[in-house]
Amino acid sequence: MAQDVCFLKAQLKEKEKEISALKNKLAQLEKTHTSVLELQDRVTPLTPLTAKAALSNEDIMRYSRQLLLPELGVQGQLNLSKTSVLVVGCGGLGCPLAQYLAAAGIGRVGLLDYDEVELSNLHRQVLHGEENVGQAKALSAAHAVKRLNAAVECIPYHLQLSPENALQLIQQHLDLADLIYDIVADCSDNVPTRYLVNDACVLSGKPLVSASALRMEGQLTVYNYCGGPCYRCLYPVPPPPETVTNCSDGGVLGVVPGVMGCFQALEVLKIASGRGSSCSQQLMIFDAQDARFRSIKLRPKKAGCAVCGENPSVTQLEDYEAFCGSAATDKCRKLNLLSRDQRISVQDYKFITVNQEPHLLLDVRPPVEVDICHLPFSLNIPLSSLEEKKSEHIQLLQERIRELKQQMAGDCWPPVYVICKLGNDSQKAVQVLEKMSGSDLDSITVKDISGGLMAWAVKIDPTFPQY
Amino acid sequence: MAAPVSIQLEFGGGAELLFDGVKKHHVTLPSQSEPWDVKQLLVWIQRNLLKERPELFVQGDSVRPGILVLINDADWELMGELDYQLQDQDNVVFISTLHGG
Ligand SMILES: [Zn+2]
Repeated sequence: MAQDVCFLKAQLKEKEKEISALKNKLAQLEKTHTSVLELQDRVTPLTPLTAKAALSNEDIMRYSRQLLLPELGVQGQLNLSKTSVLVVGCGGLGCPLAQYLAAAGIGRVGLLDYDEVELSNLHRQVLHGEENVGQAKALSAAHAVKRLNAAVECIPYHLQLSPENALQLIQQHLDLADLIYDIVADCSDNVPTRYLVNDACVLSGKPLVSASALRMEGQLTVYNYCGGPCYRCLYPVPPPPETVTNCSDGGVLGVVPGVMGCFQALEVLKIASGRGSSCSQQLMIFDAQDARFRSIKLRPKKAGCAVCGENPSVTQLEDYEAFCGSAATDKCRKLNLLSRDQRISVQDYKFITVNQEPHLLLDVRPPVEVDICHLPFSLNIPLSSLEEKKSEHIQLLQERIRELKQQMAGDCWPPVYVICKLGNDSQKAVQVLEKMSGSDLDSITVKDISGGLMAWAVKIDPTFPQY
Repeated sequence: MAAPVSIQLEFGGGAELLFDGVKKHHVTLPSQSEPWDVKQLLVWIQRNLLKERPELFVQGDSVRPGILVLINDADWELMGELDYQLQDQDNVVFISTLHGG
């Protein structure tokens, strides 16, 4: 026995040596490979793109099908090759955008994203593959773009756009002779970044091709272009944070940002080639459900705009997270609405189930999420039904509570534990139920399960699905 | 007396979720002494269509920040905003701005 242990230990050591040798070899190889594609974690100076005098024979062959268009032609193609575009966000919009820009022969793309590729990104962020999960999105996208067109200069930035680096990135120096990016595309996923990108574009005088997508809808506008309005002209005041839904909460069909990202690519290419965009002072709305595009005439540039107006109050970049009251990320916010004694942990709940303590588990997610996964024996009543006091649901809840009470000894009421995905809605539900307790409902004790089903999956049951 | 006004209301970008997920509403605003304007329309919507959580739709006597109002496919700012007088068969759209990508 002792001998076996010794032998196994020795063998393990040997294998570990082999692994470390392999890792070294891989690191060496990757180093030489990424010499062309070096991931930037800060803003470094770039040389300005130089204009080509003429197209090579290979260029002519490669771009022949678009060269045939009088709307583009040789001059348009040459213009593309000397244009650099900064893509802010390499997600559902940024992927198709970068792909079409590269395919069309744009000169340089800066690909900016602070995030890593996750499995739940792949349905819409089509430049990343299964093997890229865990990798920096900017690098993964850059590799894909390079594979498509090696002539395109590709600069991956693994960093969060901030008031400190944004102008440096777009403009490098406040000297207009040294423009680094000619066009900026906003493919970001949160409100503070949208204001930041807008202000940076206004302050550096760059056109901003901006798109967004959620669920089955998309929107697109070109800001700060040809005398048209900027984002702030349209939205001088940021929306209250609780009214903003992100893709991880609201969901999104992958092809919807796909369509919008392609649309962005189209407008960028029109501007870059010299044709110009027709989306200034124009809002394009895409409704995927009704298969309908709609074009809205917007207000002109506002004389009183805080950043692009006649007497701007914003003359340098500011703290956009403070301005918007939310973080510059699309990760979910953690609410803290309840006191400690109104909450239990997933470990506490596990204990309750193991001890078979009588209780009611109330799942307040919408039915579409309950279909994905749920705990057995939970009663599903969506938060919205509770908020609206839907009578059939309140009645159902009342019945279940009374049934449980009958099975219990003495005159006590069973506690109600509320669960949702992450532990935000469950807190709201506890507040709603406490208001109803003693009037619309019997007097009950309600607590929420902190961290929700995702905490359950991480801490208690690893076989429970995560979404 | 001004005659009743029939208009189409549309909600999008998620604003429809405040109205049971229904995007299009054909409504008739009853006859009243003066013509209907958008300010009055917002009050009418709050009383007749919006049952819960009005703060997600209105703020003061206007729409909350982040909702764009379009009248007959144009930004309401071009049409006079709250003072625009509604005409029969007008199309008024409330679009919540999207931020996802
Ligand atoms: Zn402006």
